[in-house]
Amino acid sequence: MSNWIEVGKVTDIPKLGARVVETSRGDIGIFRTADDEIFALRDKCPHKNGPLSQGIVHGKRVTCPLHSWKIELESGEAVAPDVGCAARYETKIENGIIFLTL
Amino acid sequence: MKEKLVLIGNGMAGMRALEELLKITPDMYDITVFGAEPYGNYNRILLSPVLAGEKSIDDIMLNTVEWYKENNITLHAGKKVANVDRKKRVVIAEDGTEEPYDRLLLATGSNPFIIPVPGHNLTGVIGFRDIKDVDTMLETSKSRKHAVVIGGGLLGLEAANGLQIQGMDVTVVHLCDTLMERQMDGVSGKMLQKALEERGLQFLMATQTEAILGDDHVKGVRFKGGLEISADIVVMAAGIRPNIELAKKIGLHCERGVVVNDTMQTYDPKIYAVGECVQHRGDTYGLVAPLFEQAKVCANHLAKLGIGAYQGSVTSTKLKVTGIDLFSAGDFIGDESTEEIVMKDASRGVYKKIVIKDNRIKGAVMYGDTVDGSWYFQLLRDGTDVSEFRDSLIFGQAQIGEAGHGGQNAASAMSAEMEVCGCNGVCKGDIVKAITTKGLFTLEEVRAHTKASASCGSCTGLVEQILSSTVGDYSATPKKKPMCGCTDHTHDEVRVAITQNKLTSITAVRDFMEWRNADGCASCRPALNFYVLAAWPREAQDDPQSRFINERAHANIQKDGTYSVVPRMWGGVTNSTELRALADAADKYDAKMVKVTGGQRIDLFGIKKEDLPSIWGDLNAAGMVSGHAYGKSLRTVKTCVGSEWCRFGTQDSTGLGVKIEKMTWGTQTPHKFKIAVSGCPRNCAEATIKDFGVVCVDSGYELHVGGNGGIHVRATDLLARVKTEEEAMEYCGAFMQVYREEAHYLDRTAPWIERVGLSYVKQRVVEDEAGRKALYKRFLESQEVFRFDPWARQIAEHRDNYIPIKKIG
Ligand code: SRM
Ligand SMILES: Cc1cc2nc3c(=O)[nH]c(=O)nc-3n(C[C@H](O)[C@H](O)[C@H](O)COP(=O)(O)OP(=O)(O)OC[C@H]3O[C@@H](n4cnc5c(N)ncnc54)[C@H](O)[C@@H]3O)c2cc1C
Ligand code: SF4
Ligand code: FES
Repeated sequence: MSNWIEVGKVTDIPKLGARVVETSRGDIGIFRTADDEIFALRDKCPHKNGPLSQGIVHGKRVTCPLHSWKIELESGEAVAPDVGCAARYETKIENGIIFLTL
Repeated sequence: MKEKLVLIGNGMAGMRALEELLKITPDMYDITVFGAEPYGNYNRILLSPVLAGEKSIDDIMLNTVEWYKENNITLHAGKKVANVDRKKRVVIAEDGTEEPYDRLLLATGSNPFIIPVPGHNLTGVIGFRDIKDVDTMLETSKSRKHAVVIGGGLLGLEAANGLQIQGMDVTVVHLCDTLMERQMDGVSGKMLQKALEERGLQFLMATQTEAILGDDHVKGVRFKGGLEISADIVVMAAGIRPNIELAKKIGLHCERGVVVNDTMQTYDPKIYAVGECVQHRGDTYGLVAPLFEQAKVCANHLAKLGIGAYQGSVTSTKLKVTGIDLFSAGDFIGDESTEEIVMKDASRGVYKKIVIKDNRIKGAVMYGDTVDGSWYFQLLRDGTDVSEFRDSLIFGQAQIGEAGHGGQNAASAMSAEMEVCGCNGVCKGDIVKAITTKGLFTLEEVRAHTKASASCGSCTGLVEQILSSTVGDYSATPKKKPMCGCTDHTHDEVRVAITQNKLTSITAVRDFMEWRNADGCASCRPALNFYVLAAWPREAQDDPQSRFINERAHANIQKDGTYSVVPRMWGGVTNSTELRALADAADKYDAKMVKVTGGQRIDLFGIKKEDLPSIWGDLNAAGMVSGHAYGKSLRTVKTCVGSEWCRFGTQDSTGLGVKIEKMTWGTQTPHKFKIAVSGCPRNCAEATIKDFGVVCVDSGYELHVGGNGGIHVRATDLLARVKTEEEAMEYCGAFMQVYREEAHYLDRTAPWIERVGLSYVKQRVVEDEAGRKALYKRFLESQEVFRFDPWARQIAEHRDNYIPIKKIG
């Protein structure tokens, strides 16, 4: 069943920013919104693999640093008219600690 | 239960509002549409090419009957609405169909004005407004010969052209002695008339119609003075009147049109209105682009988001008669207070006139060669000061060094496979396909869907041409350009508010100026961050999350997600210690390439993000600091050898370059800022295409500003000549400070100077000595805050940001 992995403190990630979790299968971006919601997406833009964790976070979206596609943090879907999806992962926060399941 | 929305008028504006609404909230309403015409929604402006046989009715359908089904919209096509019971909130059609509503949208368009002369109601007297009119014209042209078009405006000429192509003998009757007098001046009107006469059209100018003759079908027309000509069809194209019949009947407040406020609401809060039937701030519109803006605002309010206000539009026009190029915009007639620049080349059939007031374009009319129409229109809208290129203005944009704009017909001459956008590899065929299959109308939409013109923008002119040849012409824009979708305020308004109200953080600006999106967007955040820091260098806090990744990570991101590292090489001068440190760093961090840049320094490519703090540490230890190759800030100061070594050198250009770089490094600017110092007019450091360039001469220093390599090459303007290095530095600091305080974010100095005018810059930096010294002082003060090595600070304070929060497996 769900296998929660402890990632770190919410406050380790800047507000409206992101950090990555490095895995053997590639990076996962962990994003923090203005109201401390946390989302996790595979750190590859569906366009040309841009590292989403390096983009600008606004609302529940991130703008990719390479060619400015906008990606929904909740679903990983690109905002229309662009089409594509970055894999998303479940997260939860307990006592200010982020957990992630792969 | 969902609320019910009913649309009356199945035309371009109303349907556009529905489409915009569906984009924002697909499921909010149960939607019902009434249309008097028995079709889906079609592109009315393309009726002219249909009449001319260049397109078919199928080609111009925008929303087919199937489209309504797919979107769960009930369409009552062919049912005219006869009444609305506003108390019970029910819409009643002529055939008795009733639909209740919670919100009602009126978009009844306008009616052709039929001049009430005797005989105006005979069969065969029609307007030029809908598919039925076009059918009548096509049908008549099959068996009859004589057509009379009353009205020599845009619509009349397009009708006449079409009828003539269909084989009829066409006479155009016009009340004035100039065709299209609302879009053309006398000269261009005469040229147009001559060209149309050569194609076989006949004109009766300054002629008034007295009666239309016939028993039940039209047979002829009689004019004042007694002339009679025969006619099998009479097309009235003498103007349009907002169709407010229904609105008046149900008691909505109307003047010339249905009166609406900035949210497109009528005096009945349940009822909105858009399109040609509307009167907004006293104006009515008869072109599509403003109606689309209205539609967008209206959709936003129907979706109950409560943001967005329509503020009116400026429009420009073109005539859609294939083979005739004609463009006009703004006030092209002028008065005593204006000046004109005119060019007339009768043998080539070219005429251009630009009306200017206070060095700004007020209007333009062009005939025969309209390549630069959109450029003049842009200068007009932006209120650009044209004094610097006034001499060559009339010859067009190509003359002042802008590239990428082909002739007006360049787009139509291109084959489908030819590449339009070099940055994103988009061909003409891709663009046309996206426009037709996705129903795109505006440049922004084409950019979003195809990416053409979305990167460097040099193909914008071509894309606009393809757009207008595919869907017709929609050029028009809001009166003022908001910063981004989060606000209606312009860059200038925001800058002024920040200084006047001492707003020292992005949040403060957003609150004070009532931003729509809580955290702004990727476009306004970096701008606001710069504006608060530039206005309040000591008080404002930098917000790294509002910076583009390059500025946040202090290195340039590459396509594979690695970074490049460029340390400063003051004035392009280096030594063996620095080179050794660079070589060691390249080995130790496995640089994939080492390259000499166009800015006279060395770039190490392919560095991993987590190695950045360490490589910087090593370079810092060798005395090197960040080169800001990633920043909206001072980039490099290029120098040549100068008097120290060069046999032609007049001054120590290398030494001055190093001094200037040490004074200005780290400065944050609206866009990147480049400087160069050349030792003599041979100009080996290319100082005349830099934002600030110094050319040393025997008597001192020539200071140049506003140069740009890059996408649009622009040579500098001479700002001043000075005698000493100290003066050169003072002018440099003062110039950078005006630019920092006043330009829009992402404006390089070249477009900024073109907008505000060189004379303004000279007045601030050269003529006003006290002002210059004050600017220089503010520049140096801000430098006390910004002149630090960001690499060292990142290592000390933010090392964490470069490493993964966690490693798994
Ligand atoms: C490294 C370098 C190319 C080289 O190997 O020579 C370079 C590389 C880039 N240039 Fe450049 N430009 C470089 C000199 C130039 C020059 C030449 C110069 O400065 O004398 C120009 C023309 C002069 C000018 O700017 O007026 C130049 C005109 C541009 C432009 C077009 C600017 C314009 O106003 O039209 C861009 C696009 C932009 O900034 O929006 C650009 C943007 C870029 C970017 C930052 C593209 C990007 O956003 O990723 C490239 C970053 C590559 C990287 O990761 O390092 N680069 N670029 C040069 C760095 C010089 C340095 O030492 O800092
Ligand atoms: C031949 C031609 C060429 C043009 N060329 C250009 C051009 O090049 N560039 C440009 O910008 N503009 C051009 N225009 C103008 C442009 O087409 C109009 O501005 C635009 O169509 C207006 O949109 P609208 O929705 O307000 O009205 P319409 O598109 O006219 O839609 C109104 C609809 O409401 C219906 N209706 C009215 N009353 C009722 C009722 N009581 N019940 C039910 N339905 C009703 C009408 O039948 C009509 O279908 C051209 C127009 C014509 C006719
Ligand atoms: S370095 Fe400059 S010219 Fe070369 S590809 Fe990048 S942006 Fe284009
Ligand atoms: S890789 Fe993300 S937008 Fe291109």
